Amino acid sequence: MTAPTAQILSLPELILAFSAVALLIWGAFQKRPSILLSAAAVGALIAAAIVAATGPLGRAFDGGLIVDAGAVFSKVVIYLTSAVAIPLTDQWFKRRGVTRFEFPVLVILAALGMGMMVSAGDLIALYISIELQSLALYVLAASQTDNEKSSEAGLKYFVLGALSSGILLYGASLIYGFAGSTRFDLIAASMTNGAGPGALFGLVFLICGIAFKVSAAPFHMWTPDVYEGAPTPIVGFFAGAPKLAAMVLLARVLTEAFGGAVEQWRQVLVAMALISVGVGAFAGLAQKDLKRLWAYSSIAGIGYALTGLAAGGVAGIQSMLMFVVLYVVDVTGFFACLTALTRDGKPMQTFDDFAGLARERPAMAIALTFFALSALGLPPFSGLWAKYYVFKAALGAGLAPIAVAALVGSVVAAFYYLKLIKLMWFDPSPGPTDTPTRAASLVTYAAAFFAFPGVLVALIYLDPLAYAAAMALTAR
Amino acid sequence: MAGILSLTSFAPLIGVTAILLLRMFAKAEDAGTVTATKWITLLTTLVTLALSTLLVAKFDPSQAGFQFVEDKPWFAGLHYHMGIDGISVLFVLLTAFLLPICIIASWKSIETRVVEYMIAFLVLESLVIGVFCALDLLVFYLFFEAQLIPMFLIIGIWGGKRRVYAAFKFFLYTLLGSVLMLAAILAMIGIAHTSSIPELMTYKFSAGVQTWLWLAFFASFAVKMPMWPVHTWLPDAHVEAPTAGSVILAGILLKMGGYGFMRFSLPMFPHASLQFTPLIFALSVIAIVYTSLVAYRQTDMKKLIAYSSVAHMGFVTMGIFSGTLQGEQGALFQMLSHGLISGALFLCVGVVYDRMHTREIAFYGGVVKLMPIYAAVFMLFTMGNVGLPGTSGFVGEILTLTGTYGAATWPAIVGATGMILSAVYALTLYRRIVFGEITNPALSEITDIDGREILIFAPLIIGTLLLGLHPSVMFDITNASSQYLVDAFQAATGR
Repeated sequence: MTAPTAQILSLPELILAFSAVALLIWGAFQKRPSILLSAAAVGALIAAAIVAATGPLGRAFDGGLIVDAGAVFSKVVIYLTSAVAIPLTDQWFKRRGVTRFEFPVLVILAALGMGMMVSAGDLIALYISIELQSLALYVLAASQTDNEKSSEAGLKYFVLGALSSGILLYGASLIYGFAGSTRFDLIAASMTNGAGPGALFGLVFLICGIAFKVSAAPFHMWTPDVYEGAPTPIVGFFAGAPKLAAMVLLARVLTEAFGGAVEQWRQVLVAMALISVGVGAFAGLAQKDLKRLWAYSSIAGIGYALTGLAAGGVAGIQSMLMFVVLYVVDVTGFFACLTALTRDGKPMQTFDDFAGLARERPAMAIALTFFALSALGLPPFSGLWAKYYVFKAALGAGLAPIAVAALVGSVVAAFYYLKLIKLMWFDPSPGPTDTPTRAASLVTYAAAFFAFPGVLVALIYLDPLAYAAAMALTAR
Repeated sequence: MAGILSLTSFAPLIGVTAILLLRMFAKAEDAGTVTATKWITLLTTLVTLALSTLLVAKFDPSQAGFQFVEDKPWFAGLHYHMGIDGISVLFVLLTAFLLPICIIASWKSIETRVVEYMIAFLVLESLVIGVFCALDLLVFYLFFEAQLIPMFLIIGIWGGKRRVYAAFKFFLYTLLGSVLMLAAILAMIGIAHTSSIPELMTYKFSAGVQTWLWLAFFASFAVKMPMWPVHTWLPDAHVEAPTAGSVILAGILLKMGGYGFMRFSLPMFPHASLQFTPLIFALSVIAIVYTSLVAYRQTDMKKLIAYSSVAHMGFVTMGIFSGTLQGEQGALFQMLSHGLISGALFLCVGVVYDRMHTREIAFYGGVVKLMPIYAAVFMLFTMGNVGLPGTSGFVGEILTLTGTYGAATWPAIVGATGMILSAVYALTLYRRIVFGEITNPALSEITDIDGREILIFAPLIIGTLLLGLHPSVMFDITNASSQYLVDAFQAATGR
């Protein structure tokens, strides 16, 4: 049997790239935006997920594209959550009288970038895929053109994102200069006697660049503003899948290219993890806007994921994957819920908007309660299992003080999740809410069902998959 | 009998499903829906009671090990592992016994959002039974921690004026303790490579590790128990919770702390337990004396009983860590007896609160002239609280003190003053409410307890007297497991 060709290995990405172009042409020539275009976009993403799940494994393009269990696992999650974002975005904009065919195309392009990120085996591929993903997201964040905050979000996201890309590129060039190659495996080979200070210097820049993308503290400043301003379904999209892509990419760089320098990069990750958990917990206390709050919640979440990654090894990588995947489902559901709910046509965004929701919309309130409790890490919700993996790995790697500190941080954060639950269940409602949009409600309920009880069964299947993915990511 | 434990644990959830189905086809506010919900809930709790009675009837008291064991692999080495022994079986019965009482007690006093209320109680029952049956660390944690959610809602939605404060305090206090326990649980799984509680009970952790693990578990159980000085959430939670919420809290939820000490701290970390015994004794004695004095000064009836609960739990912790058979048996007995008596006392408060809507002691006085039956019932449970021979309160206290005396003299002697102090505050409360002249004209409207309330109190009266006069019905069941626990502890520590 011959090795699979580059075309076959990159088939999911080719599907996405070609459908993005085809949809763009179709959209440009049609007079009115049609639901068919969105459906085709969803179809392309699902097809890409299926092809990725069933396709062969291997390396192509001179090591620049790696298709292993880790990449496949991440791609399936990324493509499916991207597919969910399309109907949500469509309905949300339709309610506001805006219909543009570009949104599905941009989502596909972002998904393409993410798919390439998790397969990147080379610094060039790394940079290009991150940029492809980011550029699509910048536009999406600014896409509500009649809203100042959306434009502000897009601009802020773009300027800071460009800065981080610069840092990342600088780091990559340093690594190339000192290691003599851009390929991860050759970088590792050049450092058989330990990584030199120059390459490590580059690595720190590279980590900082990626930390910007995943909004790990202290590189998180853009997150709350962008979350607040960007259209809600778009936030749900870029709060989820891109984090998984960037974390997998980081895991691959660290284990494949810099596997010999674990002690060095672990310090950086531990510091970022602790700062993220602290910032997420304490800064979240002062928030009045739910989208901003969830921005801080996601910063804390990335702190936990980094704790898992810092633990290293198969258990550490597996814990990071489990954490991020469970987190992605939660955050998708949460923002779908915010997408669905409006009062008098206005989005519900501040804490006070949610007072008495349990009486107005009991099902929605239960779903939101599930997401809040899950983010809090209370059993039996999915968030507990996410933390279970991370802290088990951290304790196994001898990071007990960090694990305990992060757990205590979660108690601080508990206060604001409880505040949300308190508002919904204890307080009277200021007035009736509008009928929720159908697609968003459906996604909300599905995600809530996953948070509990679905996760209790899903873990039986997710656990070995994430384990295989972690094995592949750590294999050198 | 395979599967009976799962059935008992999850029977309340079947009731929840039925209520939710009903709710989907009818408006929650309809009088018919509300009544149907109440009956479904009552029926479910009665079925659960029948199942747990069956459990106790089929239980083989001569065996020390776990019975009715169910063990199915789950994921990542975890198991869905359930089973009960002599220590846990009666807690299951106590839970199932108190729940129908709670539901009947709430029949009229809960007027808003009845459907949610009943669901919260059923979920709580399921989780509490699960705690006592779980034999896998993670499954235990799952049940143990998840019951914060229904309790938070019960206090916060149907509570009194400062309900939000009390609910937050309850939640955050308990959560802080629990996350440390979670860390310890993960560390144990990492070290011993198993999450099975029976296996961990025979696993020998090194002495240094034991200390840390013990402290982490202590953080959680001490808050739950609650022990002085982390008891301050309890009076707030009790005062603000609706009557049935207080009954559950005092009757069952506090017992999970004592159960945890007996299930985890003592058998899994015997060296650390021995090492920290002086600390436990000191905290217990302080709890007994200090909170008794605090209870005496209270002006709110519920707060007084809440503080007296803290004092009574001091006897329990002392008994458990004495490491003697009398101590363990006494602690178990005290917990069950306290479940009945404190539950009954909160119901007694609920009776007058439902009528007058105040819990101020000064508001009442001379109630005996208007409510003679109530006065008699209240008298019985006050005596139980004091620890009068013939009631169940006496047996537990005397046994824990005897057991403690066997291990250490001074804590037992100082602790014994608690029996006197409890007479001081409990009798004072009784006198000020029941005896004296009727000084408050508002009281003249008050009516004696009705048939529904007699129905609530009857099983509690029978239970208190039965355990007080014939304690061996309980000791026969718990004896083998307690003996096993003590033998293992003494073998491990060489005492």
